[in-house]
Parts: sequence; C-alpha cells; structure tokens
Amino acid sequence: MTIENNVLVKLNEVGLKQRNKWLVKGVSLIVERGKIVTLIGPNGSGKSTTAKIAIGLHKNIEGNVEKFTDKIGYVPQKISIDWTLPLKVRDFMVLTDELDEEKINEALKLTGADHLKNQNLGNLSGGEFQRVLLARAVSKKPDLLVLDEPVQGVDFTGEIALYKLIKEIADKLNCGILLISHDLHTVMTATDHVICLNGHVCCSGTPKDVAMNNEYKLLFGEQASQTLSIYEHKHDHVHSNDGDIKKN
Amino acid sequence: MFDDFFIRALIAGIGVAFVTGPLGCFVVWRRLSYFGDTLAHSALLGVTMALAFEINIAISIFIISSVIAIILVKLEKNTNLPGDALLGLLAHSALAVGLVVIGFLSFIRFDVMGLLFGDILAVNVDDLIIIWGGGAIILIVLKIIWKPLFASTVNYELAEAEGLNPDRAKAIFTILMAAIIAISIKIVGLLLITGMLIIPTAMARNISDTPKKMVIFSICGGLLSVIMGLFSSLQFNTPSGPSIIAAALLLFVISLFKIKQTIQLKN
Repeated sequence: MTIENNVLVKLNEVGLKQRNKWLVKGVSLIVERGKIVTLIGPNGSGKSTTAKIAIGLHKNIEGNVEKFTDKIGYVPQKISIDWTLPLKVRDFMVLTDELDEEKINEALKLTGADHLKNQNLGNLSGGEFQRVLLARAVSKKPDLLVLDEPVQGVDFTGEIALYKLIKEIADKLNCGILLISHDLHTVMTATDHVICLNGHVCCSGTPKDVAMNNEYKLLFGEQASQTLSIYEHKHDHVHSNDGDIKKN
Repeated sequence: MFDDFFIRALIAGIGVAFVTGPLGCFVVWRRLSYFGDTLAHSALLGVTMALAFEINIAISIFIISSVIAIILVKLEKNTNLPGDALLGLLAHSALAVGLVVIGFLSFIRFDVMGLLFGDILAVNVDDLIIIWGGGAIILIVLKIIWKPLFASTVNYELAEAEGLNPDRAKAIFTILMAAIIAISIKIVGLLLITGMLIIPTAMARNISDTPKKMVIFSICGGLLSVIMGLFSSLQFNTPSGPSIIAAALLLFVISLFKIKQTIQLKN
C-alpha cells in the first residue's frame, strides 16, 4: 500500500463564508488510516464547520476536499430527537445502514450502552445518548470516524474510558479519526496530530509541538501546557480583538 | 359490485387510507401539516384548470400542486420570509386565484361543496383506478426512498454525512404529497385532506413506541375512520369528508385514554 492510499480525506485550503463572514479560512489537513487528528480551539473557531466540510455537509466552500472513502461514521455535536418520533435505540442503530442483531449488540457493548438497546431514545440522559451515538457511528466499521465532541455529558470516569475506547477503535478498525474535543488533557495524550483552530489554522503538529506553542497558550492559558515542558517558538502572526490577523 | 355508489366510495376510501397512513407519519414527523394544507388549497386551482381544459381532475391537481411545491422551494431559497408566511401566502393566493377563475368559468356548473368536503356520490370506476393505481405507485416509491427519508427526518446531517441523499428523498416526498392530495380529493375534499393525513397518525402516536408500529396503527386508524365515516355519511346524509375526519377525531380521543393508562402504569 502506498502512502497515498492511507489518506482518507484531504482538505486543501478550504474556507467557508456565510453572511459575509468567514467561518473558517485556509484550512488544510489530512486524515490518514489509523491516525487520530484532533481539532481544538475556542468557541466559534470553526471546529465543527471544518469537520462538516471534511464530510461534505457544506456545499459552497472555497478550496477543495478530496475524499477517498464513503464509509463514514459521524457523531454530530448537537442532535435533537423529536418527541413526535417514537424511536428506540435499536431502530436508531440501523438508521443509515442495515446491521444484524449481533453487530448491534457488539457495538452497543463496546461503548457500554448495551443495556439501553430497548429504551426509547427520548428517555436517555445526555451521557447515555452520547454513548449510543458513538456506538452507532462505529457499528458499521467505517473507514473514517468524525467525532464532534463525542463525550460531552459523559461522566468523568466514562469520559476517560470512552477516549481510551476511541483510541482502541482507531487501532482495531484501522480507521482514521477526526476528533473535536475540549478536553485538552486527553487531546495531548491520545492524539497523533493536533490542529489548533481560530478561524484559520493557528498552529498544528504533534501534541507536544502544539502544547509548546505561544498561540496555543494564548488561547487556552498557561496551565494548558503545563503537563508538558515549556518550549517557546515564534509565530508569524498575531490576532487583534476584531478578529483581524496581522503578520509580524 | 362496482355499480353501487357506496361500495365504490368505500373501496376508494380504503385505498386512500392505505396511502395516507404512512405519508401522514412523515407529515407529522417532519412537521409538514401546513405544507399539506397549502398543497390542498392549491388543488382548487387544479380543479378549475381541469374543468377549463377538460383534462382529468386528479392529473390536473397533481400538476398544480407540484408547481406550487416547486415555487415554495424557490421562494424559501430566494426570500427572507419565514416558512409559515410563505405557506400562508401560497395557500391563500392559490385558493383566491382558484375561486376567481371559477367566477370566470360561468359556463361550467359544478358542486363547490363536494369539492371542499368530499362527495361519495361522485366516485366512479375511473376514480377507483386512479386511487388504487396511483396509491400503489406512491407506496412503492415511498418504500424505495424510505431509508434516506427516515434517516434525514431523524437527523439531516447524519443521513447526509453517511452517504444517503436527503435532498433527493425530500424532493420525491414532496411530489408524493401532491399525488396523495390529487387522488384523495373526491373522498375527503380539499379542506380536510390534511386532517386525513394527520389525525389518524396523531392517534397512532399515542399508542405506539416504534416508527413501524406508528405507521401500521396510522393505516388501521385511517381505515377505521373511512369505514365509520362513510357509513355514518350514508346513514345521516352528511358530507363524506367531514364524517371521516370526525370518526378519526373520535379514535384520537379514545387513544388519549391509552396514554393516561401508560402514564399511570409508569407511576
């Protein structure tokens, strides 16, 4: 297999403008098989937008997206299930793909949600629902998993377990993962490549590189990088308060 | 057996109920009741077109409703008006234009009441063929687009991200809506078609816990409403459409007791 064959999705200088405002601009990234790429950044920095661009949910974009697979599992950030629709977890699992009973059980068990199989989706708690969403995304053994804050609302011990699980899934299925997360600690330990977004790519690299980056510290505060030794390097631009980016 | 007008009406009504059941579920799930109303109002224009150009009423309604649906989609994209305002605009404009056109067609006499509320006397063998043939096509197409349509009803982005085509399913569903209105107008009447789509489904929601059950109960509710409604229409000489809808309402009220029971059981 050549290196090119391992690439699942490739974004080339993509941007999205809505109502005369750039949500993201000039973002390039590559997700490869077996690798976890994590997007971090403050609210409104375009993390979810970038993830949606990667899976083709936004149409009028600048730049281009090369997708090398159609087997995508997606956990969106926000999902509201309507009460007018009576839906059990089991029915939800087979929403976009036919799965046999065994695969459904396996996936639910994997994320610790097997006891919820016959529950009504509307009755689940936030954390339980998140586990079901994750189970659904992995159940069809996708090539590419796009996880937008997959552990929001999950209790602390469950959170660590789920992140561990995500890592395991990436290895086991040999799939690529595009992850959006707020949990900097996890990001720094379980990720292959970190991209720090703030409307554009502020900095990117291995977790270690990013943690030592000045701009990262500006965005997340000093303590964010304290888990790793501090190493400073210079950036070629600064952010002003009105969102402008100035070259040094 | 098709000589008896009542048997014809019954067969027509049963055919309609088989289709409004599943379509009604999507109308409720996707919150499209007012969209259904708008299409139904525009059906009046379709009827006048049919009379003016001497074409089949069902085909004419189908064409006009589809055109209105397309106009709605275009307006949604190109204006800043909210969806309900656009629906109201189209519904009342179509109704008004339809009535104005009827005024011009003074040489034609037809039963406006029958059009608005259904007329079981008017069902002929051709109508039966259109209802059962058209109904079968609608159900087959719905079966084909079921997965993308259902998945995008639950969550649009999930469906699209995972390789289904929600936009195409939605467009096809819109055409199916126009088609069901076209074929059911003689039985239920254009003012009450949305009721036939929604009320049996609402009843079904009260007593089901999965989408599949909801569809089945919705069909059963529709069938019962048609049978009860048509018999009482015959008995009391009431218009068929309102009688069917009143029967559906009765079933809905009964289903409310079932909810009460389940809530008590939970407590």
